[in-house]
Amino acid sequence: MGRTGERDARALTCIRCPRGCRLTVELGEAGEVAGVRGNACARGASYARAEVAHPVRSVTTTVPVDGSARLRRLPVRTEREVPRERVLDVVRALAGVRAAAPVEIGDVVAEDVAGTGVDVVATARA
Amino acid sequence: MRRCDVVVIGGGPAGLSAAAAARATGAGEVLVLERDERLGGILNQCVHGGFGLATLGEELTGPEYAARLEDAARAAGATLRTDATVLGVRPAGEGAAGGPCARPGRRPGAGELEVTLVSPARGLERVAAGAVVLAMGCRERPAGAIGIPGFRPAGVLTAGCAQRLVNCEGLLPGREVVVLGSGDIGLIMARRLTLEGAHVACVAELMPYSSGLKRNVVQCLEDFGIPLLLSHTVTRVLGRRRVEAVEISRVDASAHPVAGTGRIVACDTLLLSVGLLPENELSRAAGVELSPLTRGAVVDDSLMTSVPGVFACGNVLHVHDLADHASLEAARAGAAAAAWARGRATRARGGGVPVEPGRGVRYAVPQRVDPERMPDELVVRLRVDGVYERRSVVARADGREVARRRRDILVPGEMEQVTLRRDALLARGGIGRVTIGLEA
Amino acid sequence: MGTGCAHDGIEAAGRGAARCDVAIVGAGVSGCAIARELARLRVSTCVLEAEEDVCCGTSKANSAIVHAGFDAATGSLMARLNVEGSRLMGPLCAELGVDYERVGSLVVCTDPAERGGFDALLACGRENGVEGLRIIEADELRELEPNVSDAAVAALWAPTGAIVNPFQLTVALAEQAAVNGVEFRFRSPVTGVARRAGGAWELDVPGGPLVARVVVNAAGVRADELHNLVCAPGDELAITARRGQYHVLDVTAGQHVRHTVFALPTRLGKGVLVTPTTGGNLLVGPTAEDVGDKDGVDTTADGLAEVERRASLTVRGVPLRERIRTFAGLRAHQPGHDFVIGEVPGAPGFVDCAAIESPGLSAAPAIARMVAGIVRDALGGPAERDRLAPRPAPVPDVARMAPEEWSALVAARPEYGRVVCRCRTVTEGQVVDAIRRPVGARSLDGVKRRVEAGMGRCQGGFCAPRVLEVLARELGRDPREVTLAGPGSEVVAGTVKDTLRGGAS
Repeated sequence: MGRTGERDARALTCIRCPRGCRLTVELGEAGEVAGVRGNACARGASYARAEVAHPVRSVTTTVPVDGSARLRRLPVRTEREVPRERVLDVVRALAGVRAAAPVEIGDVVAEDVAGTGVDVVATARA
Repeated sequence: MRRCDVVVIGGGPAGLSAAAAARATGAGEVLVLERDERLGGILNQCVHGGFGLATLGEELTGPEYAARLEDAARAAGATLRTDATVLGVRPAGEGAAGGPCARPGRRPGAGELEVTLVSPARGLERVAAGAVVLAMGCRERPAGAIGIPGFRPAGVLTAGCAQRLVNCEGLLPGREVVVLGSGDIGLIMARRLTLEGAHVACVAELMPYSSGLKRNVVQCLEDFGIPLLLSHTVTRVLGRRRVEAVEISRVDASAHPVAGTGRIVACDTLLLSVGLLPENELSRAAGVELSPLTRGAVVDDSLMTSVPGVFACGNVLHVHDLADHASLEAARAGAAAAAWARGRATRARGGGVPVEPGRGVRYAVPQRVDPERMPDELVVRLRVDGVYERRSVVARADGREVARRRRDILVPGEMEQVTLRRDALLARGGIGRVTIGLEA
Repeated sequence: MGTGCAHDGIEAAGRGAARCDVAIVGAGVSGCAIARELARLRVSTCVLEAEEDVCCGTSKANSAIVHAGFDAATGSLMARLNVEGSRLMGPLCAELGVDYERVGSLVVCTDPAERGGFDALLACGRENGVEGLRIIEADELRELEPNVSDAAVAALWAPTGAIVNPFQLTVALAEQAAVNGVEFRFRSPVTGVARRAGGAWELDVPGGPLVARVVVNAAGVRADELHNLVCAPGDELAITARRGQYHVLDVTAGQHVRHTVFALPTRLGKGVLVTPTTGGNLLVGPTAEDVGDKDGVDTTADGLAEVERRASLTVRGVPLRERIRTFAGLRAHQPGHDFVIGEVPGAPGFVDCAAIESPGLSAAPAIARMVAGIVRDALGGPAERDRLAPRPAPVPDVARMAPEEWSALVAARPEYGRVVCRCRTVTEGQVVDAIRRPVGARSLDGVKRRVEAGMGRCQGGFCAPRVLEVLARELGRDPREVTLAGPGSEVVAGTVKDTLRGGAS
């Protein structure tokens, strides 16, 4: 995502299909989506609206795990998506976190990570 | 000698799915042999999401998907062995003198196969099998294969190797990274390395389009402001002991570097995501015919190779973009292997007609179809050879259309498919070949 | 290592200095072969190597062939030592357990007008004492080498030409030297040489000087620098690094030729060779480019393309799509184009083994005997030992084992049942033993040269993390300290999130 240069428009790439339309999203005065250009289909418009209004991402990474014969690093993910601008904060917040075996998939490794209200859970057994 | 109905070589997404399907189709003992200490194959190092949508209807990470597949194979009654490396597959009774299989023991029955393996726990073993499913996956094309000029220092590694170091060992291969090739693993590693504290300077891609999924271009590169340099390549590696920089040049329409366009980009790491190759060493040694187009086995509509009773699926057959597709394909191979092993599928090899790539299509799998015996519907997977808009994937039997699938956009990085219907092929009478191409 | 260097606190100038009878500078194939010869004597020998392992320079990056000896100028050291080395090499490799195969070599003529070139080669070869040389015509040539170029009209057949594994050879020579008391010091570049009162030589090396009665200068492309520190004015040596670039093809292409195929040199220059290797690969190269840089082992697009073009002149259909690696090596060339072996005039006890360019690998066994003879004389003829202890048995190669044998090995050592390199079928046990041996591996490249993990078609993509782990464990090092090929070539830069700690918000 980047600014187009115009104050009231943003450019992004649609990921709803492999075509990857380059979308221009026109913003209204309150930052609301006033229009979408460049989309080949309706799915592009809905993607643009969601992505501009409230872009969210899942975060996956690993934390060290103690006492596991299977794993040295425990893969983890945010239990649900977090605001995109908080992705790096989530990873930073996990920098000091360790897990201890036994761990089941879905076990909470960190609660309310980086104040996002989202837990981080294990994605593997250890 | 131990005897199994089906031996599956490889315990990744394809192998586990094949094993579960083989059991569900009535096979007796099904044995999965995995060389790593864990089942799941490459999924274990794919800590990112995007798995399971097509097979389970939910989005999982690689390790979660692996756990589901492992549980399903176990629940189906498959025997799963890790830390066991297969050394060879061959028809039973062949070449009994010499070679790693030349050990005394009960001879397997006629028409059976023999699998040789080694493990720390049991040394060398032989297992007799009614059918074998090849599910060894693929490997990465290394730097040497593409012959990047310059030095050969530490810090040049494939994206998958980096993925294992980062995600399984917790090691950071470098701090300032250039990625060559925009295959999915390269894109995903650009994001992973960024999140783990490295800086990714850019991704250079030889072709004028990314070979990765669009979703990955956006969420792995654009989200982090990582430039994607299309029609660019690395033309020199600098640094004697450790990478110090690379030279990146623009390439012309025939993918040759344009003199004078090189610029030096300082970095300590060059990550390569320049292609995956089916891992067919065992297949080749077993005498399986390989396709120069896919570099995987040539298979018929039951995914059986040129060696009777040997089936292939997943990335060892042809490189997939989605593990889900590998799983679905593998389930077909597993079921067919089970049927073969139980004596319910005894057709001779060589039946049917060739399925050939036509205009705009790089390859199609399977490469043979037998209208008399094929399933009612057969999914043919294919890759196109360039970027096309508003075309149809059309299958023709001796020139007459038998299937058509309209697509708004087709790109080489995303596998396509078309479904052949048995009745449509039979309606044409005795056909000579099926061609799959792109049409308006 | 009882007969290695001993600390010597007696000499005033040498307080704390180590001393030995012979210091060999350079642990390439020449230095290691000389070390093994000297191990037969009751003298203390120390090998000083700038890199972290043996076989890190010219010895690791060459054509891996044993020349028959027909093209070196008659009467030259090269000619004599090549032919003698070629005779010694087979038995030596058999004794050491090194891969060697007498495949024979062909010098192919593709232009009837150039046939005259055979006369000179044949005459030279016979004069040099090469056995079995003869000219074969097109029909026999095609039978012998089906993929020879369609343009080929005849060839010189040299049945004594061979291929050898230069990594195994250098390592084996070093191992046998080590178990017979020779000390190896790595990361020990010699930065200065001085003659001490009494005639001994003092070498500046990291960690303090080493005093030796005799110095052998086997420093490869840098031998001139050492020579020029001790020689009389006007006697300087000038060694040029002559680069050779190569393509290595996968074992799937290893049968493309059955012999080492050279091109008959023409007015247009010397061709490149196409040869099988003992590991089953196909090797295509080299270029011959004089480069100013003695570390200039980089490849170039032009050089690699040139090799490809020239190879196609003698061998048809070289399957370059099966390429798995490219590399470049440097030959130590001097204008006189002959080996420089002998005591440096005016510097008694300082023995050159310099300008060992091709056919240096072929000549190595003979070079070692010659240099050892000079050293023996310089030391006043020290006594010989009763016998040389054999090289420790090579690391078991499971890929070549009988099944019973392999199973028995796994029963005793389960790590021999865990395959870490799938391309060459190398087990964890082999990696462990490559590290634990005398003069053992200390890096990924060291492991690769000894047991071939990482030498196959995936070039370490699969096994590198596993070998790294074994190296860290066996050497008691942090994984971050493990290198590809010595200090400065660390494989990884750090650990994940190591720059994010404390930055949590």
